Amino acid sequence: MDKWENNKAWFLVIPVCAFVAFSAIIPLMTVVNYSVQDIIGPGASVFVGTDWFKNVLHDYRLHDALWRQFLFSGLVLLIEMPLGILIALAMPKRGWGVPFSLVTLALPLLIPWNTIGTIWIIFTRPDIGLFGSAINSLGVAFDHTRRPLDAWVTLVLMEVWHWTPLVSLLAYAGLRAIPEVYYQAAKIDGASPWATFYYIQLPKMRGVLTIALLLRFMDSFLIYAEPFVLTGGGPGNSTTFLSIYVVKLALGQFDLGPAAALSLIYFLIVLLLSFIFFQVLQRVGKGEKV
Amino acid sequence: MLYNGNDVTDLSAEKRNIAQVFQFPVLYDTMTVFDNLAFPLRNRGIEKMEVTKRVHEVADILDLIPFLKKKAAGLTADAKQKISLGRGLVRSDVAAILFDEPLTVIDPHLKWGLRRKLKEIHEQLKLTLIYVTHDQMEALTFADTVVVMYEGEIVQIGTPQDLFENPEHRFVGYFIGSPGMNFLPCTLDGDVAQVDGARITLDKKTAALGRQARGKLEVGIRPVHLELSLEPVKRGVPATVKAVEDQGSYKIVTLTLADKTLRAKLLEGKPVPEGKTWVTFPAQWTRLFADGRLVK
Repeated sequence: MDKWENNKAWFLVIPVCAFVAFSAIIPLMTVVNYSVQDIIGPGASVFVGTDWFKNVLHDYRLHDALWRQFLFSGLVLLIEMPLGILIALAMPKRGWGVPFSLVTLALPLLIPWNTIGTIWIIFTRPDIGLFGSAINSLGVAFDHTRRPLDAWVTLVLMEVWHWTPLVSLLAYAGLRAIPEVYYQAAKIDGASPWATFYYIQLPKMRGVLTIALLLRFMDSFLIYAEPFVLTGGGPGNSTTFLSIYVVKLALGQFDLGPAAALSLIYFLIVLLLSFIFFQVLQRVGKGEKV
Repeated sequence: MLYNGNDVTDLSAEKRNIAQVFQFPVLYDTMTVFDNLAFPLRNRGIEKMEVTKRVHEVADILDLIPFLKKKAAGLTADAKQKISLGRGLVRSDVAAILFDEPLTVIDPHLKWGLRRKLKEIHEQLKLTLIYVTHDQMEALTFADTVVVMYEGEIVQIGTPQDLFENPEHRFVGYFIGSPGMNFLPCTLDGDVAQVDGARITLDKKTAALGRQARGKLEVGIRPVHLELSLEPVKRGVPATVKAVEDQGSYKIVTLTLADKTLRAKLLEGKPVPEGKTWVTFPAQWTRLFADGRLVK
């Protein structure tokens, strides 16, 4: 067969190339394009090279937003991972309780994200919200619209409520996949419940927990809709995360160049951190030193 | 059920003080081989010096010394099974070790080595080992006593020789030995078993027991005990040779007697009949079964 005829196979790849181009490459390159230009008005722009990147990297507001983002993701992961595993361990293994607990757990995952924000605004309102008024009547002055700490507590609580079920469901799937003989062996070896957890359940759940950790890290690091609805980044800038800052920059102030540069930096941070997490967890899996 | 004189029937597995090696290697992946072996001892609060001593003793027996510091996860299947076994052996007071088809996942050439090792350990440590297998070769070459279970019921307990010569159940008859025992439905006429007109003379005692037995009667005989001759002989039953398989040191002859199929195992050097032959059922090897159970 002649070479030209073989090359016709490339036509079969064109649809997927076109799809990826439209869905990912073209939008990303648009952002790259904006990040190296000063957009003065429609059709009027000046090439500025890496100026925006330098500006953005030296912007203290970006640094603050970045640290907030790290703090938020760190807190959320520290609570959600152990809590999710605990819930999975406590879930029933057979009977009607299984579908019941699975469905109940999945409920928060089915609610649209901005609705979650709205639910929590109402829930935590000091005047009419169940949580807000209850805690205020206990003598704790709680108001997430005025006090930064309260805003943080509310956001973290909301995020934990929203996403711990995902960790639980994944951990539960991992637990159910452990063959019964491991538990039998542990019993015969006289292992305590803690030893069984640490030496059997946890290592066997490593795969699903890696996925849970990556998903939860990326999602919490990119969080936008819920804090935007709940606090709008306030009070002050106390809950202005990177995502909120980018949107403020791009749409609020219409600084497309710096916003584009920031977006790219943001993207690279997430990519880099996810890569590191993944590598580290893979290593742990192979039994090598981290 | 008694272990060392203690009734353990109602106790849970861990309280029976047994150890078990499973069909697939069950290890603690994140631990080293040393930690794996030490795990049952540490869980029982045994002091550090003693743990190290026991682990080294057992690792020495199992040839695991070079692997002690390695992670258990990366080892070969046979080394993993040795570790599973070692976790049982480290406990000096273990009542028995159960093996649940432990060589299923091991490559054939490693199986022999591991079998030999098990035998050695058995002789060295004088432990009770209970070995579950579907492989009759394994069962017969390994065991002092074989327990044959069929449909959840123990049908016979005996030495390998017992199982071969006096199978107490039809299942033992055809499961043990290759090919399995021949079974022919029959009726009794005095001391003679009739199989569709063919007359097989039985041992007097067997025949007497058979007359008292209830249920469907069958004559059973091992292929190796059937005698074939080329000419009519006294007490010989005429049969037709269907096929002859050469297995090296012996031949398997498939016969039809009346309309039943029989297999005979002829040792090397014996004349091999073709077409018509006369089969003799030596009375001392001919057994009678009623509803699948040996009459006795």
